[in-house]
Amino acid sequence: MDVEILSRIQFAFTIAFHYIYPPLSIGLGLVLVIMEGTYLRTGNKLYEDLTRFFIKIFALIFGIGVATGIVMEFEFGTNWATYSRYVGDVFGSALAAEGIFAFALESGFLGILLFGWNKVSPRVHFFSTVMVFLGSMFSAIWIVVANSWQQTPAGYHIVGEGMEARAEITDFWAMVFNPSSVERILHVWVGAFIAGAFLVLSISAYYLLRHKHVEFAKAAFKIALVVTTASSVLQLFLGHLSAEVVAEHQPAKLAAMEGHFEASAPADMYLFGYIDKEKQRTVGLAIPGGLSFLTHQDFETPITGLNAFKPEDRPGSLNIVFQTYHLMIAIGMFLIALTLFACYLWWKGKLFQQRWLLHLFMWGVILPQLANQAGWFAAETGRQPWVVYGHLRTSDALSKAVTAEQVLSSLIMFAFIYTLLFALFIYLLNKKIQHGPYDKHDFEHNPLQESMAAQLGSK
Amino acid sequence: METFLNIDYPTWWFLVMGGVFTGYAILDGFDLGAGALHLFFRKEQSRRIALNAIGPVWDGNEVWLVIGAGVLFAGFPKVYASVFSAFYLPFMLFLMMIILRAISIEFRSKEPMAWWRRMWDVSYSLSSATLGFLLGLILGNLLQGIPIDKEGNFTGHWLYFLNPYAIMVGITTLALFMMHGAIYLVMKTEDRLYAKLTILVRNTTIFFSLCVILLTMYTLIYIPQLTNTIRENQWLFLIPALMVLAVANITRQITKRRYIYAFVSSGVTLALLLILVAVELYPSIVVSTLDPAYTLTVYNSAASTKSLGIMLTFAAIGVPLVAIYTTFVFWTFKGKVKLDEASY
Repeated sequence: MDVEILSRIQFAFTIAFHYIYPPLSIGLGLVLVIMEGTYLRTGNKLYEDLTRFFIKIFALIFGIGVATGIVMEFEFGTNWATYSRYVGDVFGSALAAEGIFAFALESGFLGILLFGWNKVSPRVHFFSTVMVFLGSMFSAIWIVVANSWQQTPAGYHIVGEGMEARAEITDFWAMVFNPSSVERILHVWVGAFIAGAFLVLSISAYYLLRHKHVEFAKAAFKIALVVTTASSVLQLFLGHLSAEVVAEHQPAKLAAMEGHFEASAPADMYLFGYIDKEKQRTVGLAIPGGLSFLTHQDFETPITGLNAFKPEDRPGSLNIVFQTYHLMIAIGMFLIALTLFACYLWWKGKLFQQRWLLHLFMWGVILPQLANQAGWFAAETGRQPWVVYGHLRTSDALSKAVTAEQVLSSLIMFAFIYTLLFALFIYLLNKKIQHGPYDKHDFEHNPLQESMAAQLGSK
Repeated sequence: METFLNIDYPTWWFLVMGGVFTGYAILDGFDLGAGALHLFFRKEQSRRIALNAIGPVWDGNEVWLVIGAGVLFAGFPKVYASVFSAFYLPFMLFLMMIILRAISIEFRSKEPMAWWRRMWDVSYSLSSATLGFLLGLILGNLLQGIPIDKEGNFTGHWLYFLNPYAIMVGITTLALFMMHGAIYLVMKTEDRLYAKLTILVRNTTIFFSLCVILLTMYTLIYIPQLTNTIRENQWLFLIPALMVLAVANITRQITKRRYIYAFVSSGVTLALLLILVAVELYPSIVVSTLDPAYTLTVYNSAASTKSLGIMLTFAAIGVPLVAIYTTFVFWTFKGKVKLDEASY
């Protein structure tokens, strides 16, 4: 394998691993704000317990997010030196803004969140929780702005030629609000809300299935269910907005997403299928003219297909784009159905009586993760062969000084160390979940029966 | 070129970057140093106390690294691209060690078995030492200059980074961190571990001083161009002179048991060393050994003036905020370490 494919695999692997954590932080942050806000409003101790417990989970996730984030920050320079020179002016300023404002805000107030319970007033603590949540949201803004600029560049001009060429900012706000920024930030935020809230659903469902911390788990479940339901439904519209931006600015990506080859013809929308690259056709179950309808509200309007582009300007891995895109949509639809059904049962007063549903919620934590990953795979592989759409090819963006052997050895090292890191994550997460929200000796916070049982046991 | 207070934007950004890197070296320096010394403590209790002395702060110290790398990428993208791709393997090793170290700190205390704790103690200590050494190794290479071509691409052998001078700077950096870490620990501990640490402070200070003397002689003989600026501006001799005073002051404060002042002194030593590096390199950042014309300076490698202007505004607002937060956390956790249920 050559240095390009190895570097791409390494970047995809490390960014996909990293992206397990930031969405969890963002979503959990929102849930924490709701929990602690409810505590301040009602004064109900239960909501303080909820906040304290999920802050511990948040800290673990945040820690791993930081460690794997440093890797990303280094990798642009180590593996993609030409890219780094090319986009330094644009990407660098977004990354610096992220580090100085968002990340510092988040990590700064996290210290108060974790260790400040007895050192600051409840209001200051709540303020810190809001700041941590906002910090994670700001982080997402700057990172998605940088990535959106690669998809739909704006507010720049190209200086120099050939290997010396680089993009320089001409209009900072035009760069920040490039044509796809806003839609993609909203899409990413809401995807993160679902991922984080689903972790709360999963942990609560686990407790409920084992009849542990029942009151605690029910309260957590309800808050998270509201967040997940609202976000899942909202995501349907935000996803559609993002697709419209792709249709307008990245027609080759849109064509790859639906496996549409004919240069200019009405396009179908597949529920599932497979792209036969050799024969230039897509097989599967489709709604005829569906893509035309979604894009132009008309089943007959032609859509630019892959054949309208030179072979070297088409995404290489058509099936990855197609399948990940459809996986994301399928999971999104399923989550809407699942959460609406759960809300219906809640309304009927039967939410916690269905064990199969609790099992589904417990294991379902993997679904929003898969959907987020799949969405990004579709977005990034669909942008190929460009790293900066229409300007810089991925194959030209590499580090000239780095060889395939070096990348292979670092890839093996990453595979090893990330396996260890993931084992640590699961181990610690499980330990915190098993420990539960209450310390054993903590009679004051324990529900009555448990503290009585503990007292009897100690005699 | 745009200026502020008569200093142009690239130079301002160079100062910001220097400030962030110095902050990183002083902060992560003591916890890396404490880690490198970890295996010198024999008892389980001592190791736990040593680990918990850095427990609440080591993660926050790494925040400065994240900001530092961002500052470099944003302000001097060409330097970032050239250096990171030139030292591919050292940087990859650096990333592995950062993660391995975090894993070791977190895993160690979770199981009581002696073999389990010993295993993570070793990986914690080795990764800490390697990190300190690698930081110095990369700095040593930059001090000497590296073979980069017209486009800033490294043309040397893939093991180029392992040259004698760079190794020497690496060892000196490690020695400095160990001294710095030992002083931090002595500030944070009591009783037997404390007694042991006072000896370690003395030994690491001697070791560091020897390294610096050797390194200075080597530099004067083999890389005399590195001392040009200081020869031409004799008042700059103040920097090494102050450094000698700072190191002497460490010993004095330790004898008087005023550890906070000793810690400040070793922090000042670190800062002065980096200031010396900055003074000698500026306006170059990466000197090309192939052709002086290929050298990356703060001017030919900087982002556009517009971009720098935006980011300087960011920094003026953001960096004081980070400093306030760091002070707040350290203030919250001041005093000697007491082990409790939440400890590692």
